[in-house]
Amino acid sequence: MSTNTETQTPALETTGTPVIKIIGIGTAGVGLLETLGGAEFAGAARVAVTTDQASLTASTATQKVLLENKGLRGLGTGGDAELGFSLAEENFAALKSACAGANVILLVAGLGGGAGSGITPVLARAARETGALVLGFVTLPFECEGNRRCAQARASLDQIKAVADGVICLPNQKASKLIDDNTSMVDTFRISGGLLAEAIRGVWQLMTRPGLIQIHLADLCALVRDKNSEGVFAFVESSGPARAREVVEKLLAHPLLDEGRALTESDAVMVSLMAGRDLTMGEVNRIMEQITRQCERAQVIMGASVDDAWKSRLSVTVIAAKHSHPPVEPVEPGAHRSGRVAGRATPTSGPSPLQMQQREQLIKQHAAAGRRKSDTKMKQELLPLVTIAKGRFDKSEPTIHKGEDLDVPTYYRRGMPLN
Amino acid sequence: MFDDASNLIVGLEIGTSKVCAVVGEINADGQLNIIGLGQAPARGVRKGEIVDPATAEEAVRQAIVEAEQMANVEICTVYLGVTGAHVRGFNNRGVHRVLSADRDITKDDVSDVVKNARTINLPKENSIIHDVRQHFLLDGQEGIVNPEGMVGSLLEVDVHVVHGVTNRMQNSVRLVRNLNLEVNEIVFTGLASALAMLTSEQKEIGALVVDLGGGTTNYVLYANGVIKHTGVFAIGGDHVSNDLGHGLKVPLSRAEKLKLEFGTAVVPEASKGRTITICNELNLPIKTLSLDHLQRIMALRLEELLQIIRQDLEEAGVLHYVQGGVFLCGGGARIPQIAQLAGAIFQAPVSLGQTNSISGLKSALDQPEFLTAIGLVKYGSMRKRKPEPAGFLPNLKTIFTRFLPQR
Repeated sequence: MSTNTETQTPALETTGTPVIKIIGIGTAGVGLLETLGGAEFAGAARVAVTTDQASLTASTATQKVLLENKGLRGLGTGGDAELGFSLAEENFAALKSACAGANVILLVAGLGGGAGSGITPVLARAARETGALVLGFVTLPFECEGNRRCAQARASLDQIKAVADGVICLPNQKASKLIDDNTSMVDTFRISGGLLAEAIRGVWQLMTRPGLIQIHLADLCALVRDKNSEGVFAFVESSGPARAREVVEKLLAHPLLDEGRALTESDAVMVSLMAGRDLTMGEVNRIMEQITRQCERAQVIMGASVDDAWKSRLSVTVIAAKHSHPPVEPVEPGAHRSGRVAGRATPTSGPSPLQMQQREQLIKQHAAAGRRKSDTKMKQELLPLVTIAKGRFDKSEPTIHKGEDLDVPTYYRRGMPLN
Repeated sequence: MFDDASNLIVGLEIGTSKVCAVVGEINADGQLNIIGLGQAPARGVRKGEIVDPATAEEAVRQAIVEAEQMANVEICTVYLGVTGAHVRGFNNRGVHRVLSADRDITKDDVSDVVKNARTINLPKENSIIHDVRQHFLLDGQEGIVNPEGMVGSLLEVDVHVVHGVTNRMQNSVRLVRNLNLEVNEIVFTGLASALAMLTSEQKEIGALVVDLGGGTTNYVLYANGVIKHTGVFAIGGDHVSNDLGHGLKVPLSRAEKLKLEFGTAVVPEASKGRTITICNELNLPIKTLSLDHLQRIMALRLEELLQIIRQDLEEAGVLHYVQGGVFLCGGGARIPQIAQLAGAIFQAPVSLGQTNSISGLKSALDQPEFLTAIGLVKYGSMRKRKPEPAGFLPNLKTIFTRFLPQR
């Protein structure tokens, strides 16, 4: 793609449409970047950042950043996140310049390895400093990949969450529920990568495609900005006359949404509908009604777009964000790293504006936490999930009437105090 | 069949707390007499359905033997009561166009419209227990009792259908057949209780019969002489005992005793602050309980149960028919103050378990617990006296034969 260098340069605010950069980090991220090519993503600048020359040469990205020093001998980080982290800190300026000139930066990485887990937090910070909206799309490793990778990925995810505007996270272990056991290893990774690509595509469509109901970048920013959120997503598709009902059913049974539970717990939900010209208002209504009923607490934004090529197909992408609890530890990245790395990698000087920003962020989160307390009353209905001994009816067919298990003593359900 | 000759009718109810068999006889004047009754505490039944066939069978055998001894007869066939959370009732309407040139409504037209009303969309595993004709409509005119010989072009009929899961009803049929007894018909126990309690006048005014059993509560609403609504909730006296056991932290057997001794449906002012001391078999005190708690736990459960019934009737749009009266039977009718509670909830006069529709019943047998079994006998006598009674469709027996073959 040769158009990339031009697309970055025009003044951002004047063009109206956001300038979007997709940055793939590490071998997995760069690989995913390949699937995000094609005409659909023509407007995006694709940047590959890695420590490994081999994967970089294979990439078709429009801009390539190789993080190298003598110590690596061109062999990559060897799965060591701290190495990746310190490399990124050394090349902070280069990363920042790679991020420059975009309104929205989408970071794509597979966490767990050295480059992905090490570089992504630093890159997210660099991107934030350029003033862009930063959304992370990351995968967590399969449990079978070992606890070191899992722990590394978890730590990295926490760091990214602390600096990025929003993180959409796909735990591969959860995604494996979507994949049957006989699928080959290669295909499994391809499918889980494909899922992440779907999420990116959903956000992409939302922002770029002229929609019937368009979600402006401002809406998206308002939804995720400074909320320090962790998101889950689901993509479902259906066709035929009953498609509206089917997509909702699929959505509510989706393993990535914990069978719909993720929706009830979320604070912000974004729904992107895409269909052919035959999309009816009734269908949109039905889908949105079902989804909003699931997530009463959440702020819901929706977008709908039409693609002429889609005949009788309907796809829905849902991204549900839950505001994470305010981090107790200092959010300054590197501060809770080992002394060795912290000593080497502190190019940030003095109380940066970032810290100020983070302080505000913390205050906001505390305010949000206060709000959450008042929400607890609404969540009381979850109580029946706690197992209550039903005595002699323990093993019999439960008597459910209007969602209440009548075998549980009435006084217990009504909360009558016994002293 | 043997029974037809002997004029003997037996009703058998396998309840959650007890099994009850009642023997009735149609005397020379065509009057029904109750001549025997046997009962045994039931085991192996939960929420009105059999969970342990072997022990349940033993209880049924005891009850049958006792009834046989008392009536001095041999029982061969029974009318069997069924219930359970799976039993449902609803109203359905059948439509038939009268095609003959003179628009005269013939017998065939009537049987056609009834057939249409019976074709309903039930889940595959369900089958119909009863379909009771309510009223005919002729060209939209309501309240026609018998349209035969009238003139019209569009004939409709409302039927009330009670249905349940075939296999689950089959369980009790199988159990009875194992005892070498034939099952004449299966009957929804709520309907049987209503037959035992209500006079035709009460059915006309509107009456709600609530059978507060051990494992289930069945209710039937009559108005204008026909069944308007039926329902089952798998909540009963067992739940009250279970709540008490749970709340007061006593074993179930103890909770059962406490329920019988101190239970009430409305908490009296006087019980505030009072305590009960329970003793072991040597009369040594083991535990002190608050009477107030006991009664409140119980009252809450009973109030909830009646409220749910009221709510169900309200949703079905038939609550106003209740004003004719509420009739309580089953063991629950013995709870002190239950009439007061039911009266407050349904805003209607309440009367407790008495058979109104059977003559010559020994008063010793006129207990609320036996009403269902007595009603089964009454049902049998109605079936016998007129093979096609107004309310019941002719081929009920053929429907029932589907239960009999052991598939």
